[in-house]
Parts: sequence; structure tokens; C-alpha cells
Amino acid sequence: MQESTANQVAANATSSFTEHLQRDRPELLPFSRSFSGSASAAAPVQVPHATTIVAMSYTDGVLMAGDRRATMGNVIASRHIEKVFPADRFSVLGIAGTAGIAIDLTRLFQVELEHYEKIEGTQLSLEGKANRLGAMIRGNLPMALQGLAVVPLFAGFDTGANVGRLFSYDVTGGRYEEHEHHTVGSGSVFARGALKKLWRPNLTAAEALSVAVESLYDAADDDSATGGPDTVRQLWPVVYTVDRTGARRVPDAELSAASRNIIESRTIAGREA
Amino acid sequence: MTQQFYVSPEQLMKDRADFARKGIARGRSVVVISCADGIALVAENPSPSLHKIGEIYDKIAFAAVGKYNEFESLRQAGVRYADVRGYSYDREDVTARGLASVYAQSLGAVFTAEQKPFEVELAVAEVGPTQADDHLYRLTFDGSIADEHSFVVMGGQAEKVSSAIDAGWQASLGFADAVRLALKGLTPAADTDQPPTPLPASALEVAVLDRRSESSRGTRRAFRRLNDADITALLA
Repeated sequence: MQESTANQVAANATSSFTEHLQRDRPELLPFSRSFSGSASAAAPVQVPHATTIVAMSYTDGVLMAGDRRATMGNVIASRHIEKVFPADRFSVLGIAGTAGIAIDLTRLFQVELEHYEKIEGTQLSLEGKANRLGAMIRGNLPMALQGLAVVPLFAGFDTGANVGRLFSYDVTGGRYEEHEHHTVGSGSVFARGALKKLWRPNLTAAEALSVAVESLYDAADDDSATGGPDTVRQLWPVVYTVDRTGARRVPDAELSAASRNIIESRTIAGREA
Repeated sequence: MTQQFYVSPEQLMKDRADFARKGIARGRSVVVISCADGIALVAENPSPSLHKIGEIYDKIAFAAVGKYNEFESLRQAGVRYADVRGYSYDREDVTARGLASVYAQSLGAVFTAEQKPFEVELAVAEVGPTQADDHLYRLTFDGSIADEHSFVVMGGQAEKVSSAIDAGWQASLGFADAVRLALKGLTPAADTDQPPTPLPASALEVAVLDRRSESSRGTRRAFRRLNDADITALLA
């Protein structure tokens, strides 16, 4: 009798918000609903899709940038969407794929990290955070098989090892550590090509910002689902840096200057690419 | 077979209340003070890891005295309640009033239905944009709830500590003065004519709910735990 009570208490002791929801409020999870039968693979539902994210390491840590476009088929669903979010003080994540589910997953992930920190009184390790995100993406696999996939990119500062690290994922929740730089989303191949030429070791924060904005510019040049810097509406990519002092959103003034520099230099060059 | 003695409901409740009061009176005191900079939470607690003060949500903190396992389970339940509520509605829909009422119901249910009441006393504090918007709730073992102003003192020497703080409390106190005042109340009186020796930083647990965390630290999470070095620096 006593042993079973102890077992019960131990089984109920969880520091994970997702586990708590799975047990008590499964209807609140973004990936709990199953639409079996309603959506067939032949006619995937038309929903907004978020596109290109780039991330790279630089001297002090890691930087992540995302464009501002969401598309629904051939239509631009949003010019203002933000796809890079702070996950907690020392990590950020960017999302590509089905925007609605991705944004809910991000919210869940943010609460998950904060919840652990409050219950345990200490921060989750960077590897631990990366694994939790992988488990959430795996939870979304049934939806991904119906065409509603979410593919995140995760970057954080490892306060133990004193270094910035990058993690990429596939739809099954597979987690892969990336070195130097990585891109996800529809424009990722073009952004990757640009990064291969522009990135070099020991970039300063300002140089890394310029490299990120330029690779997104190249992605927008060739991918219709990626938005470039919009000087008319004053829309710039969303960029976060993470170093030993924590995550910081790069203010619009710096992004505007970096974007205008690139547009200007390309205008002067006047070449095809 | 032995016959069970009749015990009147009044006697039963009184026995339970006495039992809980005795348990709480053995513990050291905790002080929660609302001041100009926010809300300061100060506890006498020599353990650096078994906390009596905790963060519940953006603007809400928790403080407790009594049995550790009992108030720790209540604290975790509070964090879960707040996170589920904030996730399913919105962050600003999580209020101290809602949390305190859930605590009051659970404490009340345990007091009447369980084998033994919880030997705990809780405070739930919410910091507002101005001092008039601060909320302090005190919850006792039987589920009664009280809306307090300016400060809450709980634990063994509550009356003595409370009178010391009442004498020195002002709305205009900063964090340093509020912690100093709490410390004055918590410091045990010396036996002889010598002035009482103040508690060292290592014997204290101090946390604050910062009224202006958005502008000063760039985060909506107002709760900040002070380590020994922070406490020494604050009181210097």
C-alpha cells in the first residue's frame, strides 16, 4: 500500500509542461488532434507556410534570422509574420513549415522551458532543450504525414561549455547538431549557397548580421516564398543574437542600415546577381 | 470489538486546527513586504536549495512556512495552474486572485476531508504597475484567505516580527530598506543587554518582484532571487 503511494507520487512528479498537458489537458496540445480521414494526401489543405530561416555562429555566440513572408499556395498570406522567437534567456528558435502549428509549438516550447526552470529552480541544459524540442516535433509526426509539417532550427548559448551551438531537425524529430551555419525552409538552398561564400570563422556580430541579411536577400531573389527587405513598408528580417549575456533582438535601425547597404552595393554593381 | 468514542464536530475541527498551528509555529518566519520598488520576500532559511520562496508566474510569487513536502507540492501545483492558464488563455489572464482562490479551495478540502490537515501557511503576492495595484494574499491551513495590504508575516514568531515591521513600514521604502526592515523583524532578540547580532546573508533567502522589470532588466518576469553576494551588496 505504502509502496504504491510512493510509486504514484513519483509517477506524477514531472517537470515537463508537455507531459502535464498530455496527462491532464491533452486537448490543449497543438498536435493532439487527429484529422484521420478528413484530409486526404491527394488534396493537402491550404494553410499559411512560413519560409526561410538562416542561423550561423560568430565570435561571441550564434545568430538567427528569418524573413517576414508567409505563403499560401501562390498567395502571400502575410508580409509581417515573425518566425524567429526567443525560447528562453539563452536560446532562440526559428520555424519553417505550417505557420499555425509552428507558432503554437513555439509557444508550448517557451512555456516548457520556463515551467522546468520554475519547478526545478535551475535552467535546462542546452542539450536538454534541444531534445525536448525534438520530442515535440516527433509528436507532430501524424500531422506532418498529412502535409502539416513543422521544421524548426534551434540555436543557443551553452553556458557550461561557453560556446554557441546550432541544432537542426527533421519531421520525425531527428536532432542534428550543425556547425558553422545552417538554413531551413523553402529558400534554404539559395541561402545556403550564399552562406557558403559569405561565412567565415570569427565574424563579429555586425559582420554576421550583414551576412545573414545578405543570404536572406539571395534567398528572396530566387525563391518566391521568401520575402526580401521591404523599403516601402519598412519591413526588415527578424534577427536575434545569443551570446554569454543572453538573447537579444537586433533593433530595426541596425537591420534597416544593413539591408540598405546590401541593396545599395548591389545597385552600384548593377549585375545580374 | 471496541466502541468508537463520540467526538463532536467542534472538537474535531479544534483538534485539527491546534495540530496545524503547532506544526507551523515550529518553523522560522517569512516576511513579504510591498514597497515602492515592488515586493520583497524575505525568509530565514539556512538551506541554499530548499526554497520557501518561489516564482509562480510573470508578476506572481509564492512564500510559505510549515512542512516542506506539503508547501512544495502546493507550489508546484500553483506553477502548473498558472502555466496551463497562461498557455490556454493569455499571459495577462493569470492573476494572484485566481491562484489564491484555488489554493484556498485545496487547503479547505484537505483540512476537512484528509486524515491530517496541511501544516502550512502561504502568501501569494502579485506586483502591479503601481503600489496600489499590488496584491498580497495570506492563506492559512484551513483554507481561509485574507487580502492584506503593505505586508504579510507568517511562521513561528509572526506576532513579534509583525509588530516590528508595522512600526517601520512606509509606502516609500526601496528594496534595500524593505529587506533591512524585514531583517530587523526576523533577527532574534538578544538575551542580555548586547545588541542582537544580525542574521548573515547565508542564513537568509531573499527574492524580489521587480515593479519595473520590463524597463530595468528587459523581461516580463518580475521575480528575481538574490544570492548571498546580491544580499550583501543590497544591504551594504
